[in-house]
Amino acid sequence: MKLTLKVWRQDNVNDPGRFETYEATDVKDEMSFLEMLDAVNENLIESGHEPIVFDSDCREGICGTCGLMINGQAHGPQKGTTTCQLHMRKFHDGETVTIEPFRAAAFPVVKDLMVDRSAFDAIVQSGGFITADTGGARDANEILIPKTAADASMDAAGCIGCGACVAACPNGAGQLFTSAKLAHLGLLPQGQAERWKRTEDMVETMEMFFGSCTNYGECQEACPKEIPIDFIAMMNRDYLKSKLKNRKLSGQKY
Amino acid sequence: MSTITLDSKVPSGPIQDRWDNHKFDMKLVNPANKRKFTVLVVGTGLAGAAAAATLAELGYQVKCFTFHDSPRRAHSIAAQGGINGAKNYKNDGDSIYRLFYDTVKGGDFRSRESNVYRLAQSSVNIIDQCVAQGVPFAREYGGLLDNRSFGGAQVSRTFYARGQTGQQLLLGAYQALMQQVSLGRVELHTKTELLEVVKKDGVAVGIVTRNVATGDVQSWSGHATLLATGGYGNAFYLSTNAMNSNATAAWRAHKQGALFANACYTQIHPTCIPASDDTQSKLTLMSESLRNDGRIWVPKQFDDNRPADQIPEEDRDYYLERKYPAYGNLAPRDISSRAAKVVVDEGRGVGPLKNGVYLDFAESINRLGKETVFERYGNLFDMYERITDEDPMKVPMRIYPASHYTMGGLWVDYNLMTTVPGLYALGEANFSDHGANRLGASALMQGLADGYFVAPYTVGDYLAGLLGKGSVSTDDPVFKAAEQTVHDASHRWLSIGGTKSPEYYHRELGKLVWDYCGMARDQNGLEKALSEIPALREEFEKNVRVLGNPDGVNQSLEKVGRIADFFDLGELMCRDALMREESCGGHFRVEHQTEDGEALRDDEDFAFVGAWEWNGAGTAQTLHKEQLVFENVKPSQRSYK
Ligand SMILES: Cc1cc2nc3c(=O)[nH]c(=O)nc-3n(C[C@H](O)[C@H](O)[C@H](O)COP(=O)(O)OP(=O)(O)OC[C@H]3O[C@@H](n4cnc5c(N)ncnc54)[C@H](O)[C@@H]3O)c2cc1C
Ligand code: FES
Repeated sequence: MKLTLKVWRQDNVNDPGRFETYEATDVKDEMSFLEMLDAVNENLIESGHEPIVFDSDCREGICGTCGLMINGQAHGPQKGTTTCQLHMRKFHDGETVTIEPFRAAAFPVVKDLMVDRSAFDAIVQSGGFITADTGGARDANEILIPKTAADASMDAAGCIGCGACVAACPNGAGQLFTSAKLAHLGLLPQGQAERWKRTEDMVETMEMFFGSCTNYGECQEACPKEIPIDFIAMMNRDYLKSKLKNRKLSGQKY
Repeated sequence: MSTITLDSKVPSGPIQDRWDNHKFDMKLVNPANKRKFTVLVVGTGLAGAAAAATLAELGYQVKCFTFHDSPRRAHSIAAQGGINGAKNYKNDGDSIYRLFYDTVKGGDFRSRESNVYRLAQSSVNIIDQCVAQGVPFAREYGGLLDNRSFGGAQVSRTFYARGQTGQQLLLGAYQALMQQVSLGRVELHTKTELLEVVKKDGVAVGIVTRNVATGDVQSWSGHATLLATGGYGNAFYLSTNAMNSNATAAWRAHKQGALFANACYTQIHPTCIPASDDTQSKLTLMSESLRNDGRIWVPKQFDDNRPADQIPEEDRDYYLERKYPAYGNLAPRDISSRAAKVVVDEGRGVGPLKNGVYLDFAESINRLGKETVFERYGNLFDMYERITDEDPMKVPMRIYPASHYTMGGLWVDYNLMTTVPGLYALGEANFSDHGANRLGASALMQGLADGYFVAPYTVGDYLAGLLGKGSVSTDDPVFKAAEQTVHDASHRWLSIGGTKSPEYYHRELGKLVWDYCGMARDQNGLEKALSEIPALREEFEKNVRVLGNPDGVNQSLEKVGRIADFFDLGELMCRDALMREESCGGHFRVEHQTEDGEALRDDEDFAFVGAWEWNGAGTAQTLHKEQLVFENVKPSQRSYK
């Protein structure tokens, strides 16, 4: 099939940017969306034009490196699917496809379709861990974790940090990402000692970079790992508790 | 030629006591002095993130580098199946000794016993450490850890977190690393790619990097440098590795005198989705666990074009079950892969390109019911359907082997130090523990063992000897010269002005390496490759087109340097494969097989590690041998019949 691509090109963070139009010919159903772009890029290079910059790595939907707005949808039309796992059979001959970067105040464009998501690292750095220096751990089976708790924790831990939630949110909020990390750790017994401090630190760091959540729910729709917004509710409750509890008296890190 | 003698520094004594004794013999650095040492850690996969976090916890000044935009993106994130740990939680007869034994045997008697024993010992601590960090491993209802058997092991020793074990282990290590960043003990440099290893007076003193976002070229000085930069599976172009996985860090170290060992030991994983056309950019692994319930077959007749469901039982060849009745569909990776190649080469492959074999769940669906089968493999089936548009519950999956893991890598001694003093290699980047074939769920284990439990001790021992010595200033001429090398290379690539993209040459190179140095190798093919690769390289250097400039993001410029290194490495893989006149593990020389087509080892002449020394561009490397000694596990012919 043949497609017309309207692609966002931007030289650097200060460049205002513009759409450019390219033809993608010989597109096959079996190609992934990024392989289609690879082919466009090869043609661009061979005809002396600078290729379109976009990020990807694993191309298996797990590293969270890829991420494009495709016709206005984060990661495109297929639910629960990253851009790298989206295949061209979801498009039809003659279609015009608009491709933009994940836009958000917290994700400045580096070049073309590549954005800077280091604000996510900043959130994790502020508290997204359980303190357990190497070497001091007791036997793994001494900590009993009910299967249901382990499963719920794993549901949250499946976040790949791609930023689709932020890109899809009209406010550019970082709640789904932050709450998924908090739930992963907060649902486990090992995560309790630092639970309230962690919540307080991560939420407040998040607020330094991201917009606020007004419950649109777009994040959940866009999430390629289908992480539910229930975790946001849990985070909000925990945040409130972190402010109300006397953490010192309840033996919590404060 | 130099006078390198390989000293593995393996301690003596009973195998069980070697690591403990060695730890006791190593020098310590007192806490106040640790602060005076800077350690550079390159790579933030399991090995790098674990090492950087642990060294920082101990009190060293750590600077950590990755070309990714976040440490969490490292290729380790993609590992699916699980991680081994000799916990014997299942009471099924597992032990450290058994894991050690299985790994030495699985590696086809081409690994160092002492290293493997230490790996098996560390496996137990790794599981404890990961649980303490909050890795959500699968659990039983009572709250204890669940295990499964994996990759043909006879015991259940594999810990897993759904199909995302690598992701969860990496997030654990990443979080530990970020905590150290927040405490100011690790200085993290993302989007920063190592392009040169810098030596002064024969000792590693630092690195030169290029920032892939800004193009800035910068020097970093350290008392020790650790490379945890992953494997070189992308030398084949198509592989299950992430798109950006590359060998540049290891290769630039090699050019500075670090020997490169066992380059021809590469692992081809039997269950990947076959390529669908020539625009394919990478291959996707389907977890090996599918082989527990899927039956592998091809039509008996050549060019049988009937759809699978119209081929009656009597016209099907369940070739693994036929050839290996004892192991059947669970035969080890190297054996299953080669068997698939044989039937596809015969013209009995399936699918539009006739480049796959069937992995059929019909029988399991009949036996267990749809629900059970879907519960076990639903995730994988969904992924398969997204890629191929076929539902494995209805039509058999199509699979074919693909490059997956590289056992070869930088030669290291027992302390994980390369032949360049002060330069270490960890994780998949080194050659150390898997011999000629890696067992499933053992790479994650090795990466974390190296990072959490081995390097933090052995690096300290080296640093203790440097007390009182400052680090070399980045203004030193050795750094300036290395920076110049980086600038010169960028300008050279940008000024060629050829006609073809870097990607084109990577693809062409990959075809050569795959055809001649893939699942089966012979003298003719290897010799051909050794003349065709340099010829293609010559064309590449004249005709590649890299546009733009070196400042700021330039993905073609990043790629072209990596591809140049793959050219060198592809050649070395072939040279190593040609030298090794035997078949072992993932290295199958057609000339060396038993009557029924199995790998035939030659322990008399080839029970050694082949470590190659760089002699400059255009000159063949020199081979050095480290003899392998087997005091505990007697080499025997593997049999899976
Ligand atoms: C699809 C797949 C599934 C797998 N499943 C399993 C499994 O179930 N069990 C198992 O045990 N093993 C598995 N493996 C193997 C295992 O995942 C890897 O061997 C292991 O994760 C490698 O870890 P590492 O830390 O050595 O390197 P990597 O995770 O590859 O990390 C390399 C790091 O180095 C950095 N880097 C590289 N070069 C440079 C440079 N020049 N400058 C700066 N930074 C650099 C990268 O940015 C990255 O941070 C699997 C592999 C694949 C491909
Ligand atoms: S490239 Fe890794 S998730 Fe898409």
